[in-house]
Amino acid sequence: MTSNSLLFFFDALLVVTLLWLAWQSMSSRDLFRGIVSFIAFGLLLALIWVRLDAPDVALAEAAIGAGLSGALLLTALSRLESSAKEKKDE
Amino acid sequence: MNRISSVVLLLLLASLALILGLAVISLAQPSSGIGQLVNMQMSNSGVDHPVTAVLLNFRGYDTLLEMAVLLLAVIAVWSLGSRSSPQQTPSNHSNPILLALFRMLTPLMIVVAGYLLWVGAHAPGGAFQAGSILAAAGVLALLYDQRLAGRLSSWSLRFSLILGCAMFVAVATGVMLGGAHLLQYPLPWAGSLILLIELAATISIGLTLTALFYGTSTGERP
Amino acid sequence: MSQEILYALAGVGLFVLGLHGLIVYAHLLRKILALNIMGSGVFLVLIALGRRSAVADPVPDAMVITGIVVTVSATALALVLLLRLKEMTGHTDLEQNDRHHEQ
Repeated sequence: MTSNSLLFFFDALLVVTLLWLAWQSMSSRDLFRGIVSFIAFGLLLALIWVRLDAPDVALAEAAIGAGLSGALLLTALSRLESSAKEKKDE
Repeated sequence: MNRISSVVLLLLLASLALILGLAVISLAQPSSGIGQLVNMQMSNSGVDHPVTAVLLNFRGYDTLLEMAVLLLAVIAVWSLGSRSSPQQTPSNHSNPILLALFRMLTPLMIVVAGYLLWVGAHAPGGAFQAGSILAAAGVLALLYDQRLAGRLSSWSLRFSLILGCAMFVAVATGVMLGGAHLLQYPLPWAGSLILLIELAATISIGLTLTALFYGTSTGERP
Repeated sequence: MSQEILYALAGVGLFVLGLHGLIVYAHLLRKILALNIMGSGVFLVLIALGRRSAVADPVPDAMVITGIVVTVSATALALVLLLRLKEMTGHTDLEQNDRHHEQ
């Protein structure tokens, strides 16, 4: 196999995994799993930016899109679930 | 949602995907693009990296508005929060791994942020990347001890938040005093002006993103 | 199929996937995730099509960096609104019909 077709298979694999992670992040029953899939989605997207020769975008995506966004979503989820638990204890 | 409407929805979305896919494929013809034009003007921009030149010089107005958007987001998040109550904030001092990470990573992150800011002039990097690393350091600090948010006095916090936008507006309008148009940096000073704007922007972006995290995790405003 | 077309079609796929999730799921946190995914799809289309010329086009890169920062601020605001909604009404979705009255 030429290296060109191998790289194409690599790109295709990245795309398939990206779409699968996006699907998982929205549709998984447990919201925590969904958010972790979203963080993985962001990191894979950062890898794709490197593949597309966009290193600045890769830096920004990994730090802001995956890291900070994931942190925001996780703290929001913990506040949502703690208030739900308080409601149940009442 | 019953069966029929979900099937109809899937059909509509599939046709939308088909139309968009065809549009995108028709756009993907090799064309000359604008990269050549940017490369020709690089000597007029004051930096050596094309993305930084586009962000801070050629399309500087968009970046100015983006700083304003960040400021607006912090104002909105704070306006939805309650006044902070100083007593019930927990601290994770007992977690040894968090303590070790905090002590090792925070100074490292500050140094990396400074490096990314400096190297953005001639290699991938720049204000947004450096600011996001500072924000990560801020988030780590808040995870370690939420009371650290109270250490910054409210006036210095608010000043640092507006510093990026204010510095950008000051430079953008300041060059008009010399007779140039808005955001038209004079050529010998372009590089230093861009570095000055990026420095202020880095501090602002780091603090803004940390403030957004604080507002989401506690629902209070400092 | 060249690399640009593959990634541009992936961007379209992400956009439509996110749109489906936005319409179908009721929980507001899933809607926020769906909006982020739609945004990432658009960024992918922008940058993939920016690679169609021989010299890499830096303008879509700058636009996407701006877009990522704006997306995270909008997500933060949306999350704070969601938490406020939960605080005031106890619900995490916007269904406003008999379903809530029944519970």
